[in-house]
Amino acid sequence: MAVAEYIVRTKDLVKEYVMGDTVLRALDGVSLDIRRGEYISIMGPSGSGKTTLFNMIGGLDRPTSGSVFIDEVDIAQLDAYELAWLRCRRIGYIFQTFNLIPVMTALENVTLPMIFAGLTTDEAIEKGVELLKLVGLGDRLHHKPNELSGGQQQRVAIARALANDPGIVLADEPTGNLDLRTGKEIINLLKKLNREKGVTIISATHDLKMIDVSDRVVWIRDGKIERIEEREKLELKVGEIEGEEVG
Amino acid sequence: MKRKGRISEAYKEGKIGRISQLPLRIALKFTLQNIRIRFGREILAAGGTLLGTAFLMSTFMQNRVLHAVEKNLPPDIQARATWIAVVALVVCTIGITNSMLIAVSERFREIGTMKCLGALDSLIVRLFLLEALILGVGASIGGSILGFIFSFLAYWGKYGWKKFIHALPVGGTIHDFLLVFAIGVVLTVIATIWPAYRASRLPAAAALRVEV
Repeated sequence: MAVAEYIVRTKDLVKEYVMGDTVLRALDGVSLDIRRGEYISIMGPSGSGKTTLFNMIGGLDRPTSGSVFIDEVDIAQLDAYELAWLRCRRIGYIFQTFNLIPVMTALENVTLPMIFAGLTTDEAIEKGVELLKLVGLGDRLHHKPNELSGGQQQRVAIARALANDPGIVLADEPTGNLDLRTGKEIINLLKKLNREKGVTIISATHDLKMIDVSDRVVWIRDGKIERIEEREKLELKVGEIEGEEVG
Repeated sequence: MKRKGRISEAYKEGKIGRISQLPLRIALKFTLQNIRIRFGREILAAGGTLLGTAFLMSTFMQNRVLHAVEKNLPPDIQARATWIAVVALVVCTIGITNSMLIAVSERFREIGTMKCLGALDSLIVRLFLLEALILGVGASIGGSILGFIFSFLAYWGKYGWKKFIHALPVGGTIHDFLLVFAIGVVLTVIATIWPAYRASRLPAAAALRVEV
């Protein structure tokens, strides 16, 4: 079989949280196929289940029922080592709060996942420098996170997410803690990497600026997929949405 | 269901592999930086070991000096002194456990992030134990020296140089130093086992939590 068309597939995904006597159904039968190389945004209000879906796709949490396939491997079948490997090599994570390791320099943060992946220090440093140049921080290699602006920290996080050439980059509200302009820059950087490296980008967000660059937008509401919009249809609506954003 | 077959197939295709541990040099550097950046907090955590070992050291010295100087000392006084010192050390150990548990809950996001990047549970345990080991070594050296100096000055003042220095055997004191040092280090590491385990059980999804 050639390279699978779908890099991530979820099938009838259900996640329930038990809170005291009540059972909260955060995801209610979500089936979603994500194509290789796609830039996909998962949109929805807070509490809609988008973070839960994000956690499931990223192998960060186990579904109550249903399955998640990454590269056609059912991740429920993986043991702790394999799951760690998957997170290390196949998925890159970007967080709203950047989550750089505070005691490490930009370069050390980027090289950490490569060390986990078994690269030698020299190889990791060489590649880390290259990645930081790619995100425009070639002159900030030895700065600690607290010496960098929010946008710069998120760039380091993007370089770190790409460290092991993952097929998938998962971004959870990547622009949530950034101002409008910096957010736009980060979105453009993600889009550029998506185009040039062919990496699949899955972003949970309610930042409407994301719609501009997405190939598809998945709208989630009450734990279900409300609708999926393709790019062609989206472009017509961008005008209206930007109007909304100002308010 | 041919689920198992699918996994071994994935292995063969190189889709799934195993993860590497962090080399000791990098782990050590990371831990030292961690201690340096949170120095005040770490000193408080290590303070338990420092004071405990200082107390134990001075108790051991008291036992030796009193034994040599006061011939008719009832033996149970020494036993009681040692007992009090040991209880004090246990109390300090619980204090270290508490500080380390706080450290774990403070670093939830960092630990979750490490796991997202591919860190195994065992690595998280190792990093915390390594930190405890470094703190334990530092605090035990400091504590035993501190205890030694204070007792030294106290008994020098009480009995005068000549009488006191004869009561203090060199070999015995070195023995006490090593014993106190070992007890301090071992207790600090033991105190961290439960917090380290708790840290390793944090879900990777903790990285996404926004609130503290």
